[in-house]
Amino acid sequence: MQPPEFSGSAPARDPHINFAYLDERTKRMIRRALLKAVAIPGYQVPFGSREMPLPYGWGTGGIQVTASIIGPDDVLKVIDQGSDDTVNAVNIRRFFQRTTGVDVTTDTQSASIIQTRHRIPETPLREGQVLVYQVPVPEPMQHLEPREVETRKLHALQEYGLMHVNLFEDLAHYGHIATTYDYPVLVNGRYIMSPSPIPKFDNPKMHLNPALQLFGAGREKRIYAVPPYTPVESLGFEDHPFEVQRWDHPCELCGSNESYLDEVLVDDQGGRIFVCSDSDYCGKRQAASTESGTP
Amino acid sequence: MQVQLKNLGRGFSEPTLCSQTVFRHALDALSLPGRIQQLGASTALRGMQTPQGADPAAAALLLALLDQDCKLWLSPDLLQGDAAAWLRFHTGCLVVTDAAQADFAWIGLGTELPALGTFAQGHAEYPDQSTTCIVQVTSLDSSASTWTLRGPGIPGSVEMQIDGLAPDFPAQWRASQTHFPCGVDVFFTQGEAFVGLPRSTLIEG
Amino acid sequence: MYVAVKGGESAILASYDLLAQQRRGDPSVAELSIGQICQQLRLAVDRVMTEGSVYDPQLAALAIKQSAGDLVEAIFLLRAYRATLPRLGYSEALDTGAMQIARRISAAFKDLPGGQVLGPTYDYTQRLLDFSLLATGATLPSPRQAAVSDEATPRVVDLLHQESLLESQQPPAGDPDPFDLTRQPLRFPADRSARLQNLARADEGFLLAMAYSTQRGYSETHPFVGEIRFGTVELCVTPEELGFSISIGDLPVTECQMINQFQGSQTEPPQFTRGYGLAFGHSERKAMAMSLVDRALRADELGEAVTSPAQMQEFVMSHSDSLESSGFVQHLKLPHYVDFQSELELVRKMRQSIANQGNADAAP
Repeated sequence: MQPPEFSGSAPARDPHINFAYLDERTKRMIRRALLKAVAIPGYQVPFGSREMPLPYGWGTGGIQVTASIIGPDDVLKVIDQGSDDTVNAVNIRRFFQRTTGVDVTTDTQSASIIQTRHRIPETPLREGQVLVYQVPVPEPMQHLEPREVETRKLHALQEYGLMHVNLFEDLAHYGHIATTYDYPVLVNGRYIMSPSPIPKFDNPKMHLNPALQLFGAGREKRIYAVPPYTPVESLGFEDHPFEVQRWDHPCELCGSNESYLDEVLVDDQGGRIFVCSDSDYCGKRQAASTESGTP
Repeated sequence: MQVQLKNLGRGFSEPTLCSQTVFRHALDALSLPGRIQQLGASTALRGMQTPQGADPAAAALLLALLDQDCKLWLSPDLLQGDAAAWLRFHTGCLVVTDAAQADFAWIGLGTELPALGTFAQGHAEYPDQSTTCIVQVTSLDSSASTWTLRGPGIPGSVEMQIDGLAPDFPAQWRASQTHFPCGVDVFFTQGEAFVGLPRSTLIEG
Repeated sequence: MYVAVKGGESAILASYDLLAQQRRGDPSVAELSIGQICQQLRLAVDRVMTEGSVYDPQLAALAIKQSAGDLVEAIFLLRAYRATLPRLGYSEALDTGAMQIARRISAAFKDLPGGQVLGPTYDYTQRLLDFSLLATGATLPSPRQAAVSDEATPRVVDLLHQESLLESQQPPAGDPDPFDLTRQPLRFPADRSARLQNLARADEGFLLAMAYSTQRGYSETHPFVGEIRFGTVELCVTPEELGFSISIGDLPVTECQMINQFQGSQTEPPQFTRGYGLAFGHSERKAMAMSLVDRALRADELGEAVTSPAQMQEFVMSHSDSLESSGFVQHLKLPHYVDFQSELELVRKMRQSIANQGNADAAP
């Protein structure tokens, strides 16, 4: 079924392909990894990532996680940069339509599985929903220490001095922490985790979220998870606590003062406007204000 | 060992769909510890012929999760029946006698749960390489015992009322958690229902 | 008035049409056939099979046609297809000693049993463009020597073993199954079977550069080509139902045995050490590069100091797969504007505070 908000026709379920593309043995392997991931929040479980029809680096981890959990009764939403209509989200959604035949939606509230790249939806999630993140670099310390043999030891010993020093050096150099996305978090007071390249604006949404949050890194072959209602704190210092981005203008289209805004260049003289990144959230607010007649 | 194929019970009526349904319940069970999962309410168990001495929920969990890459340890009471043959046929898993080598362990009602340290605990750098235990119990909602659970997946606290475990289980569990992140993860089953207890859950009382 | 852009789906569908046109090129020019690619772009087919990890010349040729000659893209297609195939079983180890030799050379010895068989090679051609190939229909010269040799051709490594001059390669205790990194996740440190598998599938360009580095001081292993042999080997399996070995076909492979720096200790007299390379079809550059890097990665095992990238397991094995490297490099084309927006906001803020600071300093 193709909701009217999507242009083009829905790809038909291809009967020659196994449900959700992956063979059953691969699904089991990923499912076992997911169970261990949920049992150890924030810890990266290695898994035997498969070559997928999309390239590594383009969401194969998220796709493998979704493919391993999805069933015929699920309702799937796929977003990239907060929007359902970016080409990568479209491609992935069509892939699942073709290989599962599940219902798809743009409505955050009615989705049972939301696969996302680089944003958490503005609309709060509820218990029972699953948010699947596409992760390029699962190891939060990789840019400081590229060797996994070393970072595994640091995680095992809960030795995170390297991360704190790195953030502190930013403060000394710039007066600000220079990390604005993929901002590291501490999960359940134990593991430091990469939240994926979401803007730090979205980090607070992870904390005690009633939905299950799953993370898939296909190229690096790691899976991790944050169960519902789990504490997730962004790293900071007492005198320089973590803070999110703020804009001093509302969304041009719906007027929201609370959402993450994308900058759109409108002419070649530096003209720019700001609009919500989350297309579903923005669209609903616009529809609501049209109905109620408020400008 | 010669297996009479005609005597082996059927597995899932539709392996792809049933495995997915059972897995989603398992994922919910570990994501929301203490919440009872009712497999009887779904169609996953329809047509499945449970081996002797087995809870349908336990059998279904292993049927959904095991394959040729998994090592399974069975308690002595289950070994006497056809559970091993049933799972080896339907999943291709390897049955092992050393619990410390097992990816999954299935403990029937007729055997007391061995000390948690008997199973694979994982390593500090790879705590995921540990056994998942499927433990059959006599009740999942007995008022005779109430433990309070806290931790990831639990808003505030939740109560678990399992009957059929040694009374010192919570003490054993707490002792095991001093080695966190190493440790085992457990599913307790009774009939067609089960509940999850991941190693991250704290048991009070 | 700005209207949010829609139409991602139709853009994608339009791009498929444009791609199909680009791939076909001028329709008045004859279309390439799979047979032509198999026969006349054979070395491209060999590379795609080796890195695609599937021996099937037809499929490799199809992948090359579909990707308009972009071999890295063709390798991706073949690997993605491989991931859908069921695993029926495992073959016996190939007996390269019984190879039907088309080409066999050794740099370590002037002459040896089985002889130096030059075979088909570009090695001693002059690299001058042959403009006669602009036309088609040239008559081929008839071969000057018999393609098949009946003479026994023992492997050089076996000859060196007779004098115990070469380290013997014993399987690990218990003869465990080789690691399969298409099934299990790689963990470091990786054993030799995992390393060899990774190198066999590795991008040839990357492997060549790593190998070259070992010849220029980035870990010197003093290599000599003990032997390169190219020819046909038998593929045998032992089905469980039969209990004995049967041949299921032949395939051409290239094998390189590299002889490297000798090593001895207080208790062991010195012996030469080894590096190994194997590829489908006629792929000498790949097999040689693989053997040099294999030896370099044995540094730990042989008690050598690890100082150069080619000796570093994690560095070599994490960057050798062209699907991973190409995918991640090219993923930068995906929209990243949400994160870029965060950066813009921070940079503007920092510049503003510097400007404010400047104004504050300047104010009387």
